[in-house]
Amino acid sequence: MSDAPSAYQPPPVAIHPAGHDHAPHHPYLQHHFDDMGQQAEASTLGMWVFLVTEIMFFGGLFMAYLVYRHASPQGFQEASHHLNIYWGAANTAILIISSLTMAFAVRAAQTSQPARTQVFWLVSTMAFGAAFLGIKAIEYTDKFRDHIVPGPYFQWEGLYPKPAEQFYSLYFAMTGLHALHMVIGLGIMTVIAIMAWRKTFDSDYYTPVEVAGLYWHFVDIVWIFLFPLLYLIGRHYHAG
Amino acid sequence: MSGHVAPKSMYYGVFGALMVGTALTVLVAFFDLGPMNNVLMLGIAITKALLVVLFFMHVRWSTRLTWVVVASGFFWLLIMFGLTMSDYLTRGWVPGTWR
Repeated sequence: MSDAPSAYQPPPVAIHPAGHDHAPHHPYLQHHFDDMGQQAEASTLGMWVFLVTEIMFFGGLFMAYLVYRHASPQGFQEASHHLNIYWGAANTAILIISSLTMAFAVRAAQTSQPARTQVFWLVSTMAFGAAFLGIKAIEYTDKFRDHIVPGPYFQWEGLYPKPAEQFYSLYFAMTGLHALHMVIGLGIMTVIAIMAWRKTFDSDYYTPVEVAGLYWHFVDIVWIFLFPLLYLIGRHYHAG
Repeated sequence: MSGHVAPKSMYYGVFGALMVGTALTVLVAFFDLGPMNNVLMLGIAITKALLVVLFFMHVRWSTRLTWVVVASGFFWLLIMFGLTMSDYLTRGWVPGTWR
């Protein structure tokens, strides 16, 4: 944030009602910050502090996964074998593409691209996010159909029914929490896209896009770990 | 105020690396390599996460304060994993204790 030696020219100066006399400043600069750079830095840092709490939030579930998988490695492999690796891989690719379009949305705002360009990248990101949730819905439907949703109707043909039920409890908790984050992300992107449409963002002020992007990329990272740990551990496992 | 603007080619490069990593981790999963399966799987996932954090999330161009906060998040995660597994992995080492 320290480079770009004051490319800042106070464009439309904030107009305050009477009795508020001070130097002209950017309309989006809050008074308790010295300049736009400091304000952006504070927002980004605050978002990272939130994301650290999110790391610990998901971390607890990864911890539970580690403990139960350690307790029954074969049971987890057998359970994982039932997940569809192609849906999982497709969703991984979709999320990575959505991260790319998100990065381009931030870049479009950063480089003062027209509002329609910014909105295009944001809506593309949302479209890929929605596609991810669609595939997740198909997968969940299959699980309900095959009676491998933990609970009274859980059925398992293999050798390790109890660990399999633990695996699918964790599967639904982890992917469910992840999907909830995706839904919230779609809500955030809707707000950001509307702001972008109203020409809010340019190279002087794009912090909301940047911060929303941090959230989106974080959710992508969670999936980067969920995919191998849930889908890939049973591929080379042969039942029996 | 305008932070570091990375060229589009860099984003495409990182994107390509992430896709290759995904293909690689799927490919590796189909071979039984013993413990190496887990090592490769997690190694690829950590590499992909690092690429996203450093380039997509702009940490590479962020201030040192941001670096410290980001690193502390993963450090605390390792403390949680480390302390918990130091319990689960050592159960039954001492005869007569619960496992």
